Amino acid sequence: MSRAQAIELVYLFCAVCFIVALKGLSSPRSARAGNIIGAVGMTVAVGATFATPGLHRIGLIVVALVIGTAIGVPAARSVKMTAIPQMVAAFNGVGGGAAALVSLAEFDRGHATFGTAAAVLFSTLVGAVSFTGSAITFAKLQELMTGRPVVLPRQREINVALGVGAVAFVVWGLSARSVRAAVLLALVAAVMGVLFVLPVGGADVPVVISLLNSFTGLAVAATGAVLRTTLLIVAGTLVGASGTLLTRMMSQAMGRSLSSTLFGALTAKPSSAAAAGDDGADRSVRTGTVDDVAVLLAYAQRVVVVPGYGLAVAQAQHTIRELADLLESRGVEVVYGIHPVAGRMPGHMNVLLAEANVPYEQLREMDDVNPQFPQTDVVLVVGANDVVNPAARDSPGSPIYGMPILNVDEARNVVFLKRSMRPGFAGIDNALLYDPKTTMLFGDAKDTLTSLVSAVKAA
Amino acid sequence: MTETTLGLFTIFVLSVFVGFEVISKVSSVLHTPLMSGANAIHGVILIGSIVILGTGHGAAQVVLGFIAVVLATVNAVGGFVVTDRMLEMFKGRSRR
Repeated sequence: MSRAQAIELVYLFCAVCFIVALKGLSSPRSARAGNIIGAVGMTVAVGATFATPGLHRIGLIVVALVIGTAIGVPAARSVKMTAIPQMVAAFNGVGGGAAALVSLAEFDRGHATFGTAAAVLFSTLVGAVSFTGSAITFAKLQELMTGRPVVLPRQREINVALGVGAVAFVVWGLSARSVRAAVLLALVAAVMGVLFVLPVGGADVPVVISLLNSFTGLAVAATGAVLRTTLLIVAGTLVGASGTLLTRMMSQAMGRSLSSTLFGALTAKPSSAAAAGDDGADRSVRTGTVDDVAVLLAYAQRVVVVPGYGLAVAQAQHTIRELADLLESRGVEVVYGIHPVAGRMPGHMNVLLAEANVPYEQLREMDDVNPQFPQTDVVLVVGANDVVNPAARDSPGSPIYGMPILNVDEARNVVFLKRSMRPGFAGIDNALLYDPKTTMLFGDAKDTLTSLVSAVKAA
Repeated sequence: MTETTLGLFTIFVLSVFVGFEVISKVSSVLHTPLMSGANAIHGVILIGSIVILGTGHGAAQVVLGFIAVVLATVNAVGGFVVTDRMLEMFKGRSRR
């Protein structure tokens, strides 16, 4: 057996590791082990690559590995749990960038067949879109720019022009095997990536991160076709396929189609949001005091906490747990009702609450908690809005109609902790805020919860 | 179409099906860690980057390869570490 064949066998082992890793990550019991198996596969793959015949510049490679590790590990270790989505976006973007660079460098060596040139151009295009697209998602989530959809004037015409340009460079690159065409294609793709993500609203950005994640997987697979490395093809395709499925699951959890998530802002009629805001003007809202709510909670039998994005922003996950523990010590049953898209991406809220050591048994998924609302005394909605809006169930005309929601309006009392009457991400009014059984507590979620804790102690 | 190309294409198609199969049923609780883990796995582009840097000719290829190795390392190493941090929390809690 030659050395190259031995490396191929080791790569096969690594490919199996990655499949087992993804399988493991799909179940809570085996998730951590799955991730570690993936990391083992990666380490073995890198080790085997050092044995590649004719590999030079070992010192330089080690230096680059050390630099990458020195950037990646501290970033991953120090990131706040609320900022996880943008961290994933950043890691995804650099991966896409790497795939595009590898393809370009290989193309530069010449002797490309038609098929190789096609794979090079594909991975350059997709890798560059993923790189700049991820950069914009990062900027949106990190609040370096507005989270609202941004549509440039004449964006449709610009999109068409970019599309025509991309096709032209692809044809040129294929016919002349021109590296220059591939570089120009990368530049056009970089602009396309920016314009692709700009029109997506803040709430939908996680879906885009997932989509770009599967893009990067496909770019890696195409690069594998260029280099004729089966491990890259297998791993890239695995991520591309599973990422596509995951993206669909995420949009379904939000009750939206993928196309409305991505292109909604480009086709929307601008008047709809303004019109929806009007009809609530003359209705009254009941604002409660912290003490009222403390008494309500302290003497309840069953309380459901519905955490949302506002809780994450206020970093109030520890305080809500303190309140829940306090209530439990008084004999109140407390559970958390987690909407599938609570937080910034599916599962994000579970991670945040896990960080605050909330017991796993107290976290209930939507389908489990919904039948129990009629027997619930108080629902405490912390920084959530759209996911409890009955319009999703009752008004067919509403933009969120059809989205699965938590039926908190069936509980006896509802308390909203909100910063203002401002509508949620979907930009629509919530009739539940005006319901007689609803009490509003305005202010920063963390401050309000802290005063609630001391008020419950006194109650 | 050469035999190698046909072989690679076969691997590609089979991988698509494996990718769909392995994650067909996932609780929404795990969507974020799963995405993050998959994100780390495509950091395997690192091995391609190493080959380019180690076998490239001329300044352009070496520079591209060097940047690619750095970026891919950030993707792979950072990806696994951040996924582990997320999952660590799930684990610690269910044991208690």
